[in-house]
Amino acid sequence: MILRRLGWIGASCSLVFALAAPSCFAAGLKVALVLDKGGKDDKSFNSAAFRGVTQAKEELGISLKYVEATDDNAFESLLRAFAQKKFDLIIAVGVSQADAVKKVAPKFPEQKFAIVDAEVDLPNVRSLIFEEHEGSFLVGAIAGLTSKTGTIGFIGGMDIPLIRRFEMGYVAGAKQVNPKIKLKSNFIGITGDAWHNPAKAKELAIAQYSGGADVIFAAAGASNGGLFDAAEELKKLAIGVDSNQNWIKPGYILTSMLKRVDTAVYDVCKDTQSGKFSSGIKRFGLASTGVDYAVDEFNEKLLPPAVREKVEKLKADIIAGKIKVPDYYQKKK
Amino acid sequence: MDGYFGIALALIASTLRVSTPLLFASLGGLVSERSGVVNIALEGMMLVGAFGAAVVALSSGSPWLGAAAGAAAGLVFAVFYALIVIQLRADQIVAGTAMNMLAAGATPFLSKILYDSTGSTPGLPIDARFQFAPVVLAWAFVLLVWLWIAYTPSGMWLRFAGEKPEALEAAGVRVNRVRWTSVMLSGALAGIGGASLSIFLASSFSRNMTAGRGFMALAALIFGKWKPFPTAVACLLFGFADALQIRLQGVILWGTEPVPVQFIQILPYLATILVLAGLVGRSRAPRALGLPFRKP
Repeated sequence: MILRRLGWIGASCSLVFALAAPSCFAAGLKVALVLDKGGKDDKSFNSAAFRGVTQAKEELGISLKYVEATDDNAFESLLRAFAQKKFDLIIAVGVSQADAVKKVAPKFPEQKFAIVDAEVDLPNVRSLIFEEHEGSFLVGAIAGLTSKTGTIGFIGGMDIPLIRRFEMGYVAGAKQVNPKIKLKSNFIGITGDAWHNPAKAKELAIAQYSGGADVIFAAAGASNGGLFDAAEELKKLAIGVDSNQNWIKPGYILTSMLKRVDTAVYDVCKDTQSGKFSSGIKRFGLASTGVDYAVDEFNEKLLPPAVREKVEKLKADIIAGKIKVPDYYQKKK
Repeated sequence: MDGYFGIALALIASTLRVSTPLLFASLGGLVSERSGVVNIALEGMMLVGAFGAAVVALSSGSPWLGAAAGAAAGLVFAVFYALIVIQLRADQIVAGTAMNMLAAGATPFLSKILYDSTGSTPGLPIDARFQFAPVVLAWAFVLLVWLWIAYTPSGMWLRFAGEKPEALEAAGVRVNRVRWTSVMLSGALAGIGGASLSIFLASSFSRNMTAGRGFMALAALIFGKWKPFPTAVACLLFGFADALQIRLQGVILWGTEPVPVQFIQILPYLATILVLAGLVGRSRAPRALGLPFRKP
């Protein structure tokens, strides 16, 4: 008997979670945030989104409910549950929620949706797209200027177009400053587990470092920690992703490729509150500082002024259209 | 260091590291399954162990205390499992699955209470982590478990509990008491396996960090015919395939384009299927595996 009950609890836990979560009665705009598997403390992509809504909560007085989907199949029911509870704005974080948003949003035309990293063409959905290749280009240039061995590394979570876009921009940036640079590139896995497998990321990093790479850029969600451990143990350099990760291992993290999901998410809350919500695709590139590289007290010493000047020059050239950064999405089309 | 020798050395070191959590977990599985209790809850036990180890290593600064805490956490978790499947005679597959879900949900929950962070525990400084010790420890445990099962009276009870529980009971040994002990020991071993993930191969606990290793360990156990040394060799083989796979990615084997990453990444699994299907021969499970014991 107990067993049967246990199994039932297991099977229905995501549903219960979904129904229990949106149950607050605060005034102001009601915003729901659906995070993907990484969870709000992945120190990376989801963390950035969570910072954005937290800022909106503090500054705009919105009421916020968030939930971390532990399973890709939960997205649709979570989004629907929030919509049924009459949340004004529902923000879906991550490319894996695209199909769920496409299904749920048309059924609730009065409510607004936003999705990060995917294009969903519906009248009540705003798609927040980041020009990852531009930011990656800059950290690639930094890697190229910093590397002494002439070999740099890249570690991606899964071999998907989004991550290939990071890689392509990164290589192009490094080649821009050092045409002879060599790249070692690895991917962690073929399932969603790749985003939370730091042990595997560490092995990949050790293999790349011992193969001659001295700077490695990883775009692998919560697995990034494995790269940072390897950098610390072997006294090499790493580059973080999405959020500013410089603080995690000061002295070993050269810089971080910033993806300002926080600003984009904050803006959509603000626009919705002031009745200025607009659907369609919002692109965040270097020009709008939607992507960037991080400089703070933790990595100042690793980035000499000469390097910073060159990178700033490249940044200006990209914004001015003088340099065209290759985009994996365009290549596919 | 360069050249083939260096590459071979790096490959061996990598294989030993990667296979360490698998070794502990599959030994845990072995102890439980030889006593007649199916243990697909290994994944959950590892996860709980990884969490406990990270918490204690962080607060005490000692990886050894961390590993002990990992074992303790796995053991406590296993007590629940034993209660459900031995005492209450629940179906072991279903209960094991439920335990895995419980671990996946409980660890971020506890992490939230302790550190206000659902994703991962705070990073461990380098001297609160292991550098090499778990690799040696794992092989010491393989030896110990083998000696225990093959040469001691209690090892024989273990085997009988899994093969002919009625005979063991008739000889005056309480079958369920033997099974309780083995399941708890199994939890402790899998817990150390988890600890070797969070405080040896990584530097913190992060959510679902076991990433299917508990199930890999089970496969190694079946592959190794429920015997300590063959199982350990199976773990090594999995570790080797993984380490090799890391080094084959992006290598140009023919033509101008490297082999697609996805293809390289399925190699460990492909190797597993081929070896299981062709080379091992019949792998026979303990006769009473999965059957709850009721006193006649």
